[in-house]
Amino acid sequence: MAEVTLTGVSKSFGIDVALDEVTMSIPDGSFVVLLGPTGAGKTTTLRLVSGLDVPDAGQITIGGRSMDGVTPAQRDVAMVFQQYSLYPHLSVRQNLAFPLKAPQLKMTPEEIAQKVGEVAEVLQISHKLDNKATALSGGEMQRVSIGRALVRSPSVYLMDEPLSSLDAKLRSDLRMELKRIQASSGATMLYVTHDQIEAMTMATHVGVLDRGRVVQFGSPREIYENPVSIYAASRLGQPRINLLPAGLFPGAPNGADKIGLRPEQIVQGEGEDSLVLRVEHLGDQTRLHLSFKDHDLITVTDAHTSLNTGDIVKIRPNNPFYFDVDGARLA
Amino acid sequence: MAQIRIENVRKEFGDFTAVQSSSFTIEDGEFFMLLGPSGCGKTTTLRMMAGLELPTSGQIYIDGEEVSQKPASQRDIAFVFQMFALYPHMNVGKNISYPLRCQGVSKSEVKRRVAEVARILAIEDILDRPVGGLSGGDRQRVALGRAIVREPKAFFMDEPLGALDAEFREHMSQELRALHDRMGATTVYVTHDQLEAMQMGDKIVVMNHGVVEQFGVPQAIYDWPATKFVAEFIGSPSMNFLNFHAMVGKGMTSVSLSGTEFTVPEMREGANGDLIFGIRPEHIHLDDASSYKGLVIATEYLGTTQIVTFETPNGALKARLASSESITVGSQIGLTFDQRTITIFVAETGRALLSAGNEGALRNG
Amino acid sequence: MSYSVTSPSVRTKWFAGILVVGYALITLMPLVWIIATGFKSPSDAISYPPKVTFEPTMEGYVNLFTTRTRVTEETLATVGEPTTWYERIVRAQGMVITGPSRYGERFMNSVIIGFGSTLLCMVLGTAAAYAFSRFRVPMKDDLLFFILSTRMMPPIAVAIPIFLMFRQLGLNDTYLGMILLYTAVNLSLSVWLLKGFIDEIPIEYEEAALIDGYTRFQAFYKVVLPQAATGIASTAIFCLIFAWNEYAFAVLLTSGNAQTAPPFIPTIIGVAGKDWPAVAAGATIFLMPVMVFTILLRKHLLRGITFGAVRK
Repeated sequence: MAEVTLTGVSKSFGIDVALDEVTMSIPDGSFVVLLGPTGAGKTTTLRLVSGLDVPDAGQITIGGRSMDGVTPAQRDVAMVFQQYSLYPHLSVRQNLAFPLKAPQLKMTPEEIAQKVGEVAEVLQISHKLDNKATALSGGEMQRVSIGRALVRSPSVYLMDEPLSSLDAKLRSDLRMELKRIQASSGATMLYVTHDQIEAMTMATHVGVLDRGRVVQFGSPREIYENPVSIYAASRLGQPRINLLPAGLFPGAPNGADKIGLRPEQIVQGEGEDSLVLRVEHLGDQTRLHLSFKDHDLITVTDAHTSLNTGDIVKIRPNNPFYFDVDGARLA
Repeated sequence: MAQIRIENVRKEFGDFTAVQSSSFTIEDGEFFMLLGPSGCGKTTTLRMMAGLELPTSGQIYIDGEEVSQKPASQRDIAFVFQMFALYPHMNVGKNISYPLRCQGVSKSEVKRRVAEVARILAIEDILDRPVGGLSGGDRQRVALGRAIVREPKAFFMDEPLGALDAEFREHMSQELRALHDRMGATTVYVTHDQLEAMQMGDKIVVMNHGVVEQFGVPQAIYDWPATKFVAEFIGSPSMNFLNFHAMVGKGMTSVSLSGTEFTVPEMREGANGDLIFGIRPEHIHLDDASSYKGLVIATEYLGTTQIVTFETPNGALKARLASSESITVGSQIGLTFDQRTITIFVAETGRALLSAGNEGALRNG
Repeated sequence: MSYSVTSPSVRTKWFAGILVVGYALITLMPLVWIIATGFKSPSDAISYPPKVTFEPTMEGYVNLFTTRTRVTEETLATVGEPTTWYERIVRAQGMVITGPSRYGERFMNSVIIGFGSTLLCMVLGTAAAYAFSRFRVPMKDDLLFFILSTRMMPPIAVAIPIFLMFRQLGLNDTYLGMILLYTAVNLSLSVWLLKGFIDEIPIEYEEAALIDGYTRFQAFYKVVLPQAATGIASTAIFCLIFAWNEYAFAVLLTSGNAQTAPPFIPTIIGVAGKDWPAVAAGATIFLMPVMVFTILLRKHLLRGITFGAVRK
């Protein structure tokens, strides 16, 4: 249970600036997802908080305590890595017990056994405790690595794309499980991903990172419904937000360069004609690929639509976003 | 350009049967997806079509010609592997022209065809570069170029995008599909990603444990799964399964779940015992008038839509609802189901019962 | 009809099998020859054309482990009847056993020096390889090249300076001297091999341990070492094989105290010049420890030899 703050934190690797004066406050008990593409600085942030790397400048505090010169072991954090975090030469039980056997904890074997049993129960892996770590399926392995983070009941969980190597079904199961575990333990969670679904479904707060800077920090709904820039708007939403020249539709404010349209910001059946290029059936949603005044855009429609390639459908923007030349949102 | 026909093909490795007697037809010019979890036999099926493995029994026809026992080199097909297997000691142009030079095609012809392929793939400017410094996308394009340049009868691709990260993968899958639309060559594509299959495929074969579970166009497979496995494998979140015990008869148009009657497509066969009521998340609606209540357990915000998890008398249920609906965890809400796409499964076998809805879509074996 | 590109046809399998067996027979010939010679009598051993069938005798082995002296018939009569099988063999030649030979001592020297240097080499090599693999060592690439450069000339090229150094330091003909020497020669190869193995172990394992509250050394000891076991085992075999079989330095730098078996074996002299069966017996026994060691670690060694090929 701890608040984590970063104040003016910078980190470079050689000439590559990984983090550029990042300031962020992660409230106690919140589930914060750092979202961004490869190279945005998500993992670096996590490693700086864990103490595996040391910032070049700036201050990190956990629970109000400065982390200057504090080793990873002294920070009371637990980290789940994307892969590789199970020790292949140990059994599941030994893997789960490993963090508890750290010399500074001085736990008795009985305490350790009890704790391991509890966590195995929560993650439904009790029956696999004596398997070799390498004999597990991908989902079980990842559950065990999450379990390794849970056994210590740390004040901060750090997770680096823990679900990215799993298949869709397992991902969605574990998303729910993680969310539930975090909520019930009350610990602070800092979670890195480039998967927008994970960000949207689990986070209480999302931090959008772009080339080492935090461009927006807020609830998923806030970022989806009120993005500060083209970049932030493009992070969330499937299909991706359509970006068209602002002058294409009437009513653009002064200084607007681009208009941003999410599917729900496009009204079908009213306005001006557009041509259906392709109807893409994805099962749960059907995407319309449209051509409007020589610009392509994608929206969604009813799964059992009668529209076909070559049909004409009228469209009109509804409460769209406008962005200036630099990609910043216009009020 | 060719039609590919698979008839009763079966493959055993020692005691292990990788593919059980399977039949389906890939029409000329189709983008055809082999979909299934790892170990389901999809790659083995592809490798048999390509001639990298020979079937234990059964026939494979490419363009009307029986090729079952012919090696890959005599089938005039191109295979794109998951890893971009480029020759590191050759530049881009040499990599693309390699298959032609192997066949002894004349120099001027090689030049013409490489230029043509480079134009299609928009990689004209990197033809002289070594492959070492290329980006992932360019490497993938060069690998494709090497397959295209031979102008084969068909392309076989084994998870060609599997190693790419999500964002780039989406981009490449669109590019691949667009390329296929331009060239019109028969393409067989193996993937375990249901979204990729739905997005790119003209037709899909869903396999599991070496058995073809279903075969058809994406929307039909999505709407009318032939088995519980297909229903679960395709769609995210997957189809909801509500358990009930009842007797359904031919011609019935409704079933009863814990006392509430739900209209279903007219049944074309009957069953008695443990059954499963299958309903897609987006076909669930809120209706306070409904006597069928669900307890809200969790909501997941997804932007346009949200996923709401309910606890019902017949099991957990996930619904995809508009984000504008405000729903509080812990409340009891009445539910109705869109009757157009309900499938009833037999619990024991997982097979879908025939109904007026799915009779056209249930092709398998 | 179960053709597959990944499993060869039956005919190919037979052909490959015959090739392998043929090759094995040819390469095993010298070994079989040495083992057989150990059981021949001295005259059988040098007969020409060589005898393929012969009456086996333990004479070579007995001669290897004993020193004997020829005595007159009268003296022979006074020492009484032979009580053991090996005394009987010696007596049959008209000789009596006067004591054990020095072979046992030399063999033990080989064990101490060979295994000692291998152990030291593994300790130093693993530590150095870990540092090169994990830490930001200044001029890492240059250092690694420099380390390897010690292998670029034949070690014997520096035999004279080493001999002089050893004499000054009093390391001549000592266990410590030989262990240090063999360790020095093997260390560069071990560092390179072990660095490759440690590079293969994802750093995330240690980082996980560090966050879990372990120190760097504990993480190394509990996480890296067990996973590097395969690499350490195969590297150890390479080191042992070199140290065990080394001949030139052993001849030059050892004589009485610390002499290893390789320079000793060819010096075994019988009554009429070289005692070939005893030499062969000595060689055969000398082969055993490395063979046993290798068989024990076979599983690891196979994996170790193919490393590089199995790296992602």
